[in-house]
Amino acid sequence: MTTHLIKGARPLGGDPADILVSDGRIAAIGDSLSAPGAEVVEAAGLVALPGLVDLHTHLREPGREDAETVETGSRAAALGGFTAVHAMANTDPVADTAGVVEQVWRLGRETGLVDVVPVGAVTVGLAGERLAELGAMADSAARVRVFSDDGHCVADPALMRRALEYVKAFDGVIAQHAEEPRLTAGAQMHEGDRSARLGLTGWPAAAEEAIIARDVLLAEHVGARLHVCHVSTAGSVEILRWAKSRGVRVTAEVTPHHLLLTDACAESYDPVFKVNPPLRTDADVEALRAGLADGTVDAVGTDHAPHAVEDKESEWAQARPGMLGLEQALSVVIETMVGPGRLDWAGVADRMSVRPAAIGRLEGHGRPIAPGEPANLVLVDPAARSVVDPAALASRSRNSPYAGRELPGRVVATFLRGTPTVLEGKATR
Amino acid sequence: MKRHLLEAADLDRDDATLVLDTAAQIDQALAGREVKKLPTLRGRTVVNLFYEDSTRTRISFELAAKRLSADVINFSAKGSSVSKGESLKDTALTLEAMGADGVVVRHSASGAPHRLANWVRGSVVNAGDGTHEHPTQALLDAYTIRQRLGRLDGVRVTIVGDVLHSRVARSNVGLLHTLGAEVTLVAPPTLLPVGVGSWPAHVGYDLDAALPKSDVVMMLRVQAERMNASFFPSAREYSRRYGLDARRMAALPDDAIVMHPGPMNRGMEIAAEVADSVRSTIVEQVANGVSTRMAVLYLLLGGSPQ
Repeated sequence: MTTHLIKGARPLGGDPADILVSDGRIAAIGDSLSAPGAEVVEAAGLVALPGLVDLHTHLREPGREDAETVETGSRAAALGGFTAVHAMANTDPVADTAGVVEQVWRLGRETGLVDVVPVGAVTVGLAGERLAELGAMADSAARVRVFSDDGHCVADPALMRRALEYVKAFDGVIAQHAEEPRLTAGAQMHEGDRSARLGLTGWPAAAEEAIIARDVLLAEHVGARLHVCHVSTAGSVEILRWAKSRGVRVTAEVTPHHLLLTDACAESYDPVFKVNPPLRTDADVEALRAGLADGTVDAVGTDHAPHAVEDKESEWAQARPGMLGLEQALSVVIETMVGPGRLDWAGVADRMSVRPAAIGRLEGHGRPIAPGEPANLVLVDPAARSVVDPAALASRSRNSPYAGRELPGRVVATFLRGTPTVLEGKATR
Repeated sequence: MKRHLLEAADLDRDDATLVLDTAAQIDQALAGREVKKLPTLRGRTVVNLFYEDSTRTRISFELAAKRLSADVINFSAKGSSVSKGESLKDTALTLEAMGADGVVVRHSASGAPHRLANWVRGSVVNAGDGTHEHPTQALLDAYTIRQRLGRLDGVRVTIVGDVLHSRVARSNVGLLHTLGAEVTLVAPPTLLPVGVGSWPAHVGYDLDAALPKSDVVMMLRVQAERMNASFFPSAREYSRRYGLDARRMAALPDDAIVMHPGPMNRGMEIAAEVADSVRSTIVEQVANGVSTRMAVLYLLLGGSPQ
C-alpha cells in the first residue's frame, strides 16, 4: 500500500502540520515530516477533517439504476468528502432482508470508494404492518444497526414502540421519517402563506412535530434509541431540545437543503425543489441552524435523493420528491454555518463525522486525527468558490437544487483507510 | 402586458383595465353585426390544450379565438398521445414544432401552465390550473361587475364557499384587489387555506354578517364529496350555513348582484330562485367570458388593430 505524506494541512482548522499516512492508518503528525518514497500531497491552506459520514443516502440500487447506482453514488460521496454513507432501504426490492442488505453492502465493497452501510427497513416492504427480520439484518455481513422505513413514517404507534424495543437487543436505532400520513395526504409543499397562494396542498409542520413528540415519549418509555431523519421545522427542534433535557436517547439530523433553502423556491413550480419533508420558512431555517450549532440537532444527513430526468421534468404534483446532496453538503454547511461563525471546523467534524458515526455505531469512522487512527480523511479548500453545474456532478442524476448557485469550499482529497478516493478534486476511480 | 397570462398577478392595474376596455370595444364592434367575426388573428394558431374536462371553458376559448379569425386546434388529453403517457414537456415540444402562437391550457396540476411557459415560445394562457388560478375567469367576473355596477374601485365583493380548493377565488382575490375592489372571503374555517391571512382580503365565517355589506356576492361551487373528508358535516348543514337562498338574498343592498362561475349545484350553495333572479349575472358571465378571452388573446398574440 502506498504511503502518503500530506504537507501543511490544518487538522480541524488548527495549525498547519504534516500528516503521514501509511498502511491505512495515520502513522505520524508533526512539523516537516519526511518519508522517503511517500507520495506527497501538497495541502497548504487546506483544512483536514475526519472523513464525513452520511446517515441518509439513497443509492437507488437495486431497482432504479437509471437514477443512481452504488458505484455512481459512491463516487459522488467521495467527491463530497464522505468515507461512509448509510444506504436507505427504499430500494426495489426493499432492503428488508439479510439478502438485500448484503447485496448492497457487497456492491459497496466492490466499488471501494466509500464504506456503504446498508440501512434495513423497519417493516416488511415498508408497508408499516409488521416488523422485517431486523435481527437477521443485524447479524448479516452488512451488520445493520440503523433501521428506517424512510420515505414512509412508521405511523402505527404500537408497531413503532415494538421496533424501538426490539432493536435494543443489538444496539440498533430506529431512524424515523416523521410524517403523520393522515395529515399529509396529497401534500406538495410546506403549508403556509405560499402554499395558500400557489394552490399546492400543504404539508403542515404539525405533521412532523406530532410524530417526533410521540416517538420521543415512546423512546423514553422503553429506554430505546431513536434517531429522527431530516428534521425540518422550528417546532421539531424545540421538541428535541426538550426531550434531550429529559435524558431521552434521541438524536436527529438536518439536511443541507433545509439549512439553506426555503419554500420560496416553490414559486417557480420547478419540481427540482420538491422534497419530503418540504422546504420550510426562513424562521425554520434559522431554528435548524441554531439547533445544529448548539447540538440539539446532532448531524447533517444529506437525504441525497437522485431522480431520473423524467421524474422531475414534469408538473409539480407528478414529480417525485427529493434532491441531490452528497457533493454539495459540505459546501452548504460552510455557507450556512462556518461562514457566519456558528460552527468551527471541529464543530463541522463533530456534526458531519463524529456524531453520525456514533449514531450508526460505525467503527473506524468519526475518529480523531491522531497517530494510530484509521486514515479516513478529507482535505478541503475553504477559500475556493464555484458555481454548481449539475452536468458536472458524479451522480447519475441531475436534480440538484443548487444549480447555478455559487457555494464555498472544495473537496481536494479524500482518503478511505489510507487510499485516496479523491485527489486534486477528482475521483481516483 | 407580459407575454403569458399565468395568474392574476401577471396583470397590473393598467394591464387589467386595458383588457376590460378592450373587451368592451370588442363587444361594441360586434354589437348588431351579422357576422360576429374580426380578422385580427388571421393566420395565427391557438391551441386549446385541455388536460381536464371543461366543456364550457374550452368552448368559450374556442369561440373567442375563432371570432378573432385564428386557427384553433383542440387538443384534449383523452384519446390523444397524452393518454398514452406523453409528458407535458413532450406535448409542449410538439406544439412548439407545429408553431402554436398561443397555448390555452387547462390542467389539474397547479403550476402546469408555468412549466409549459418554460418550454414554448408562444404565449401561454392559463385556463385553470389545479387549485391555483383561473385568471380569465377573474377578468370576466371583473368585466361583469363593471358592466353592472359601473365601477370596480371600492366595490365590496364577498366570495363565499370552498376557497381552499378554488382557483376562481385565488384569481379573483388578486385581480379584484388590483382593480381597487374590497374583497371579503366567507367560508367554514376548514375551507379556507392556512395562510389566507396574508391575502389582500377580509376573512369571515358568518355569511349573514357579510351580506348587508356586499355589493357583489360570488358563490363558489362546493363539491358535496368534500364532506367525506370532514370539511363539513353534511351537505344540508353546509347549505344552511353558507348557501344563498331567497331569504339571505333579501339582506343584500338593493343594487347588489349575485355571481357564480358555474357549474352550479342548485340547492347546495345557491337556491334556484336566486340563480334565476334578476340579481343573478350567471348568464352574462358566460357571454362576457367570450369577449374577455378575445381581449386576452388579442392583446397577447398582438394582432394588428382592425
